[in-house]
Amino acid sequence: MINDLLWPIVTLGGLAILFGIVLAYASKKFAVEADPKVEEVRFALPGANCGGCGYAGCDALADAIVKGEALVNACPVGGAELAKKVAEIMGVTADETERMVARVICGGDCDNAKEKYEYQGILDCKAAEMLAGGSKSCRFGCTGLGTCVRVCPFDAIHVVNGVAVVDDEKCTACKKCIEACPKHIIELVPISRQVRVLCKNTDKGKAVVEVCKVGCIGCQKCVKACQFDAMTFENNLTKIDYSKCTNCMVCAEVCPTKTIYADFTNRKKAFIDEEECIGCTICKKTCKFEAIEGELKQKHKVLEDKCTGCGQCAIKCPKKCIEMK
Amino acid sequence: MKLIVIMLSAIFVNNFVLSRFLGICPFLGVSKKVETALGMGLAVTFVMALASVMTWMVQYFILVKLGIAYLQTAAFILVIAGLVQFVEMVLKKTSPTLYQALGVYLPLITTNCAVLGVAILNIESNYNLVETLINGVGGALGFTLAIVLFAGVRERLETSPYPKALDGFPIALITASLLSIAFFGFSGLL
Repeated sequence: MINDLLWPIVTLGGLAILFGIVLAYASKKFAVEADPKVEEVRFALPGANCGGCGYAGCDALADAIVKGEALVNACPVGGAELAKKVAEIMGVTADETERMVARVICGGDCDNAKEKYEYQGILDCKAAEMLAGGSKSCRFGCTGLGTCVRVCPFDAIHVVNGVAVVDDEKCTACKKCIEACPKHIIELVPISRQVRVLCKNTDKGKAVVEVCKVGCIGCQKCVKACQFDAMTFENNLTKIDYSKCTNCMVCAEVCPTKTIYADFTNRKKAFIDEEECIGCTICKKTCKFEAIEGELKQKHKVLEDKCTGCGQCAIKCPKKCIEMK
Repeated sequence: MKLIVIMLSAIFVNNFVLSRFLGICPFLGVSKKVETALGMGLAVTFVMALASVMTWMVQYFILVKLGIAYLQTAAFILVIAGLVQFVEMVLKKTSPTLYQALGVYLPLITTNCAVLGVAILNIESNYNLVETLINGVGGALGFTLAIVLFAGVRERLETSPYPKALDGFPIALITASLLSIAFFGFSGLL
């Protein structure tokens, strides 16, 4: 009786232990020196070997990411969270290069832009594009049939009232929508830039007014209003140079057609910590909007209704006592 | 002569996938491209040949001697799993090119029932060691033949018109069944 139980246990257990020892020995003996990063990235990946990334399993993808052949967000399963983890392992954090997000450069939604004809074909931008450039009156505008929505692996882009809108939180800048858009109106911009010209129409002002309420008519008011030389005007269209833009939002204020969008609710204001202020007047001289008053050797004050939140005073203040909030 | 019969029987008449219906998972899963199908077939051939010999030795030198042959299935699974792991490590070190070529398929074979199937069939047919090896290699070649043929058909299917409702696995299963019927034609060969 006891033998009937003992031998099977000893045999199977013995075999298992033997294989365990052999494998343990083999893993040391045949260890291949690999980049430790590959292992770390591999560990972060889901490990389902689904092949959704286009590589043969998670190991192959980890290899490609470390070699630089694949992007850190190449895994469509892990989403933004995984991309962040992998980016950390690879040492490309958001601090070094500011996070980019896709933006749809068009404000011509159903209320602002007219329809040329009633489109009843396949609900796909590329198909509509072949029929006289889509049904929207403006030939540069968003078709709104959601080809970008369908290619987005992160559910970060949606059609709202006839125009595609990107969800900044979910966007990973994978560029799939940029490649898919037949109108070429999706661009990558740094996420902190909250001012945008929402028009791609290079026609003359009169032609623009006929097709869309919020198209750029080329009045160049924004170019004159910009205190930082960040607006350029070319091909009947104004463009923001984000390397110079300070988020002061003045351009959006003066734009007569409201083509320039700015997030006014999050507009910052300067605050001077009067305890620290030594009255040097540097901020007053720096301010291009005459929003700071005060005499030499006296505490300075910010005029809130004039401050645009450009933040130049905070950069110049020698005591670092100006805060933007 | 007997060896040739065993070989041909394993490849055509008793083809593991198309007659015995073993190893269907990789057969359907890794048969979208001829190239990857061939990679899978190579990996299976490699493992099947090794596993046949190993399990034969475990059966006759350990299990039969101790009179616990009924533990066959459990012991064989253990042997195959350990073997695949070991082979993977050795390949990674000694032949990175082959390791790259086999890729993810090698660990997947651990759970391929065709490998366990051939090991058990060898014992049931009372083969000696050489016959076991021939049967293992033959069975694996049969698997490779089936999966490569199937992948070829599926590649052609990609560009052929068929009812949209059958898109994906339905059309693959219909193709597999037709292929299986075709292989039944070999049944009078030996």
